[in-house]
Amino acid sequence: MKVTIDGIAIDVEPGTTILNAARMIGGDIVPPAMCYYSKLEGSGGKCRTCLVKVSKGSEKDPRPMPKLVASCRTTVMDGMEVQNITSPEVIEARKGVVEMLLINHPLDCPICDQAGECHLQDLGYEHGAAKTRYEFDRRTFEKIDIGDKIQLHMTRCILCYRCVFTADQITNTRLHGILNRGDHSEISTYIEKAIDNDFSGNVIDVCPVGALTDKTFRFKNRVWFTKPVEAHRNCDKCCGKVTLWYKGEDVIRVTGRKDVYGEVEEFICNTCRFDTKKTADWTIEGPRKVSHKSVISANHYEFKPLPVVKTNPVLKEANKEQFERETRL
Amino acid sequence: MARKLLLEHINVPGINTLEVYRQKGGYAAVEKALKTLTPDEVVEEVKKSGLRGRGGAGFPTGMKWSFLAKPEGVPRYLVCNGDESEPGTFKDRYLMTYIPHLLIEGMIVASYALGANTSYIYVRGEMMPQIRILEKAIAEAKNAGLLGNNILGTGYNLELYVQPGGGAYICGEETALLESLEGKRGNPRIKPPFPAIAGLYGCPTVVNNVESIAAVVPIVNEGGEEYAKLGIGRSTGTKLISASGNIKKPGVYEIDLGVPVEEFIYSDEYCGGIANGKRLKAVVAGGSSVPILPANLILKTINNEARLMTYESLSDGGFATGTMLGSGGFVVLDEDQCIVRNTWNFSRFYHHESCGQCSPCREGTGWMEKVLHRLEYGHGKMSDIDLLVDVSKKIEGNTICPLGDAAAWPVASAIRHFRDEFEWHVTNAQEAITRNYGLAHYADPLPKLEVTA
Repeated sequence: MKVTIDGIAIDVEPGTTILNAARMIGGDIVPPAMCYYSKLEGSGGKCRTCLVKVSKGSEKDPRPMPKLVASCRTTVMDGMEVQNITSPEVIEARKGVVEMLLINHPLDCPICDQAGECHLQDLGYEHGAAKTRYEFDRRTFEKIDIGDKIQLHMTRCILCYRCVFTADQITNTRLHGILNRGDHSEISTYIEKAIDNDFSGNVIDVCPVGALTDKTFRFKNRVWFTKPVEAHRNCDKCCGKVTLWYKGEDVIRVTGRKDVYGEVEEFICNTCRFDTKKTADWTIEGPRKVSHKSVISANHYEFKPLPVVKTNPVLKEANKEQFERETRL
Repeated sequence: MARKLLLEHINVPGINTLEVYRQKGGYAAVEKALKTLTPDEVVEEVKKSGLRGRGGAGFPTGMKWSFLAKPEGVPRYLVCNGDESEPGTFKDRYLMTYIPHLLIEGMIVASYALGANTSYIYVRGEMMPQIRILEKAIAEAKNAGLLGNNILGTGYNLELYVQPGGGAYICGEETALLESLEGKRGNPRIKPPFPAIAGLYGCPTVVNNVESIAAVVPIVNEGGEEYAKLGIGRSTGTKLISASGNIKKPGVYEIDLGVPVEEFIYSDEYCGGIANGKRLKAVVAGGSSVPILPANLILKTINNEARLMTYESLSDGGFATGTMLGSGGFVVLDEDQCIVRNTWNFSRFYHHESCGQCSPCREGTGWMEKVLHRLEYGHGKMSDIDLLVDVSKKIEGNTICPLGDAAAWPVASAIRHFRDEFEWHVTNAQEAITRNYGLAHYADPLPKLEVTA
C-alpha cells in the first residue's frame, strides 16, 4: 500500500498505522507519541499529540477526513495522503495538546529524576508554546507508597495508560489501575497495595514522564552525567539484554534498551533491573549509541574520559567514543 | 391536537402493568412482527419510516441496523442506551417509569429484527426506581411468554437483561457503554472498529436510545410509510421533548416534528409561555451540549423564516446561527437568567464527567470551568473571553469521543451570541454579583438580510 506523508511516499503492509509508516520514513515528519507504545497492544489514541491531517482518504475514496486523526491508531489506506508538519492546522492543534498536557504537570524538572530523558520535556521544547496561559493551582494528590522499588509521583502523570497495559500484558497480575475520572483520575493501587511481581519494574521504562521512577536510582545522579553501556547476562526469567548506566565504575541503574522513540526493545525482569548492579554480573557488549541530539550525550560537561575508568577495556572504548563525539560537537 | 404515538395511553391508570398495557393494544407489534414478518422486513419498515436516532446524533436507525455485520456462528447483541444523563433531558426516564412495557415491546421487536437472542437495557445507576420497574415488567412479560424461549410459539428466543450503570455521563457514549457493560472502566473506545462490527464482547452490536427503540412499536404496528407521513422532510415521526426552565408548564411533550419553536414555547398545549410574565432570553434546544441561542435566533432562522422543531430547521445556519435538536432537552431561560452562570454550570458538569482518557478534554474542561468560575464571580479579565474561545477550539474535534465537542460547543456559542454579557461581567464586576444583565438586545428582530442579486 502506498501512503504519502508530507510529500514523501512509502510502500507499507496493509494494517500499518500512519505513525508506523512515518517511523519507517523517519526524520522530522514522525509525529510525537506520548501514549502509543508499539510493544503494548491497545495502547495509543489517548494523548492526541500524534494528530495528523488526512488530506486524501484513499485512492478509492479521495475525500479528506473531516477531523484530525490520531496517527497511532489510524491504519493507512492505499493512496492515502497525510500532512503532518506541512499542515499549520496540525501544528496548532499539537501546540494546544502540549499546553493541555502541561497545565497540570508540575514544572519541577530541576528536581525530577526523569529530566533529560523525559518525553514531555522534549515535546514541550519542540512543539509547545514558550509561555503558559494557565493561572490556577495545579492538581495535587495524596502520596501513596507502591512498594520499595518503584516511586509513584502522581502529580507528574499524564495518564497515558502505558503502565496499565504493561501490567496487563507483561506481568501475570495487575495490581494498579486508574481510579476516578477526569482530571482528578489517578494511577493507584486498590487500597494502597504494593506493586510487586517479577516484571513490575517495566512500568518505569514505559512511563514517558517522571511519574514512575526507580527508587534504587532516585537522586543518585542526573542522567546526562551517566554513561550508557550495553550488557547482557544469562537470566532465566527474561532475555537479560539491558543498558547499564555507569557513573565512574559503578553501575547506578539498569534499564531495558530503548530505541530512538524511547521504547524498550525487550522487557527485562526485576532481578536484572534492581538486584544485579555489579559490573561482574554482566557481560559488557559495548557503548550504547545515544543520538547526539539527546541531552544524555550532548550535555557532558567534561570533555575528557572520566578518570576513574582505568582497567576495563570496554569502558575505555566507550569513553573514547564519547570523547570523539563530544569534541566533534 | 396532534396524535400521540408513544404517550397515547400514558394517563391510563395501571398502564405500567402488563394486563392494562395489553388491554390497550400492547404487544400487538410483537405478534405482528414475529408471526407475519421476517426480520429483514422489520428492518425495511424501520428504514421506510425514516426514524432517526433519538439519543442526540440523529443517525437514521434503519441504516444503523442494516450496517450490522452478520457473520455465521457469532452472537449479535442489541443494547438499549438508557444512560440518560444530559442536563435538560429526562424523556427516557419518563418513558421507563410510566410505560415500561413499551420499551420492552420495542426491545423484542428490534432484537427479532437484528437476530439478537440476548439484549440488554443499560440504565444509568441513579435511576434505581426505573431499574426496579423494568425488572418487574420483564418478569411479567416472561411469565406471559413474551420473553424467554419460544416466544408466542414462534420459535424465537430472547433473554432481556437490565444492567444498572455506575452513574457516569460518559457511559451514554455507545462504546463507553459497551465497556461498562462488559464490566470495565467506562472509557470510550477508539473507533474504528464501530460497534456494528465489533461491539459487546467483540460481537456485532447495535446500541439504540430508549426512545428510538420505543418508536419501533408504532412503526411496526402501522407500517413505516404511515409513520413517515408525520413530520417534515427527513425529520419524520414524533419526538419526546423534555421541556424545562422558566416556562409555565415544564414536562415531557410528544410533538410531531415540524411544530414551530414559537408555538412550542407559547401555546397552551405545550410549554404555555414564559412563567411569571417574563420575556424569553435564550433557549438551549437539545440538551446541554448543543449551542445556546438567543431569543431572536431561536424563533427565526437567520433568513427570517420561522424555526421549526426538526433536525434540519434547528441546525439551519450551522454553528454560526443554528443549534441542534440533540436529545430534545429544551431548556428555556428568561430575562432574569445569567448566561455566564449558566455556561459555567454546564462546563462544571463536563469537567466532572470527562473520563480523563484523552488529554484535551481531561485538562481543557477543567480549565474552562475555572476561567468561567472566575468570570462569574467578578475576577475575570477581558482576555479570558478570547482564551475561552481558544481553549474550546483546541478541544473541539481533537478528542476520542464527542464529549469534548459537547463541552466546547456551549461555551463557544454562549460567547458568540452573548459576548456583551461576558464583557459586562468583566467591566461591571461588582454589579454582576448583585444583579443580572437582563434581556438587553437578545430578543430584537433580526437584521434584514441583504439580498444579493
